[in-house]
Amino acid sequence: MGWLRHQRYLLDFIIASLLRRKGKNLGLLLVYSLIVFMLASVMLFTHALKREMGQVLQASPEIILQRIEAGRHALIPADYLRKIGRLRGVTARKGRLWGYFYDPAVRANYTLMVAPERRLADSEVIIGSAIARTRGIGPGDYLTFRAHDGEAYSFRVRELLASDTELFSADLVLMSERAFRVSQGVAEGWYTDIVLSVSNPLELAKIAEKLTLRLPDTRPILREEILRTYDSIFSWRQGILFVLLLGAILAFVIFAWDKASGLSAEERREIGILKAVGWETGDVLRMKFWEGAILSLMAFLLGYLLAYLHVFHASASLFEPVLKGWAVLYPAFRLTPVIDGLQVATLFFFSVFPYVVATIIPIWQVSVTDPDAVMR
Amino acid sequence: MRKSDPLLSLLALLAGLFLWTLAGSTRSPQAAAERLDPVRRLVSELGLSDPALFTEARYTRHLSQADLHSAFQDHPMALEHFPSGSLLAPPRPATHGRGE
Repeated sequence: MGWLRHQRYLLDFIIASLLRRKGKNLGLLLVYSLIVFMLASVMLFTHALKREMGQVLQASPEIILQRIEAGRHALIPADYLRKIGRLRGVTARKGRLWGYFYDPAVRANYTLMVAPERRLADSEVIIGSAIARTRGIGPGDYLTFRAHDGEAYSFRVRELLASDTELFSADLVLMSERAFRVSQGVAEGWYTDIVLSVSNPLELAKIAEKLTLRLPDTRPILREEILRTYDSIFSWRQGILFVLLLGAILAFVIFAWDKASGLSAEERREIGILKAVGWETGDVLRMKFWEGAILSLMAFLLGYLLAYLHVFHASASLFEPVLKGWAVLYPAFRLTPVIDGLQVATLFFFSVFPYVVATIIPIWQVSVTDPDAVMR
Repeated sequence: MRKSDPLLSLLALLAGLFLWTLAGSTRSPQAAAERLDPVRRLVSELGLSDPALFTEARYTRHLSQADLHSAFQDHPMALEHFPSGSLLAPPRPATHGRGE
């Protein structure tokens, strides 16, 4: 109880001392919190996005078969569906029709796709919410495409794809097979690629091997490769953002180190007076420890909580320009809060511990010397 | 009221919120999974392979479907044209074994 009361008195004293240099300490807290905010935002965003991609892409096709012509992705003949033959483990196979369309009206790229399950009429389309937002259109309105032969085709928007699927559907235009073939000039008997469903994931590698042997001009893309691509891309982007932030972090480290370790004449005098009025070295060290701990803990908590709000409640709007690039269409999405405890622990350790250590060492050097020498 | 009371209250509040965010991530995995259900259904129905995060170029829109060297197609030392393309990881044929 006595120890606790002792610490409370120390805290009262520290607050009075911090408030005496209000401007300087508030400035430090602000910059410190900002650095934690940036690092935590990158960490939380990347982790949540990686997790979400991993969960959603589990539903993507087990194998996508592309035909390669002169090193580039080319249309695949429908005949290949027959040529694949009977493969043990393959439960379904079908050709997919999809492509891109550049809309000069809004300078955006759309992804056109045939969706047979939606039973669309040849003059109807279903569009993603980002297209509707950008073009200012809705169900019942018309969307006009300039086809491959220069003809203009108008499609009535039957409905919009649900806005909670925007992360995957922002730029999609779903249409009937005939509308796609006529407007894009894809002849009957050709597909963009072929998708295969496989019930046992252990057989995937073997099936992919058989496919490349039977159809040597094709490239099978496995779901595991898709998942790995996204995992590595977000890790790489997180790394790049950290490198970009490195300059700011180093500037802060120098600033904080200078502030924490370089004692001003006023602070030296303060320690001298405290020792002269009877404070022990241990008390002075404890006081400075609390000072450093309060400041860094406060900065960590403020920075982290702001980052949490930014990523999970403000759609990580500061990262939008980085991810968007020059794209016109960008999905509005809200990530599920998923936090990696180890990452947060690492951030906590590296943001709180060094500052506290940097505060204690010079104080210890001063507080073990004679008060008379310190005050002179 | 002592001088340290407001500070300790503020720290306790911030620490409480911090713990709440940590607990929140494990609190409702079921609800999180349900929230993703419509997206998973759409991905499964259309056989989607990529998110619509980077729509500025073909190879950034469908990163998993593009040729591995698409972002570096002009010549080996070319600066990438699109901002998101310049953030792409270079291909790693040694680990992926999919060099083209």
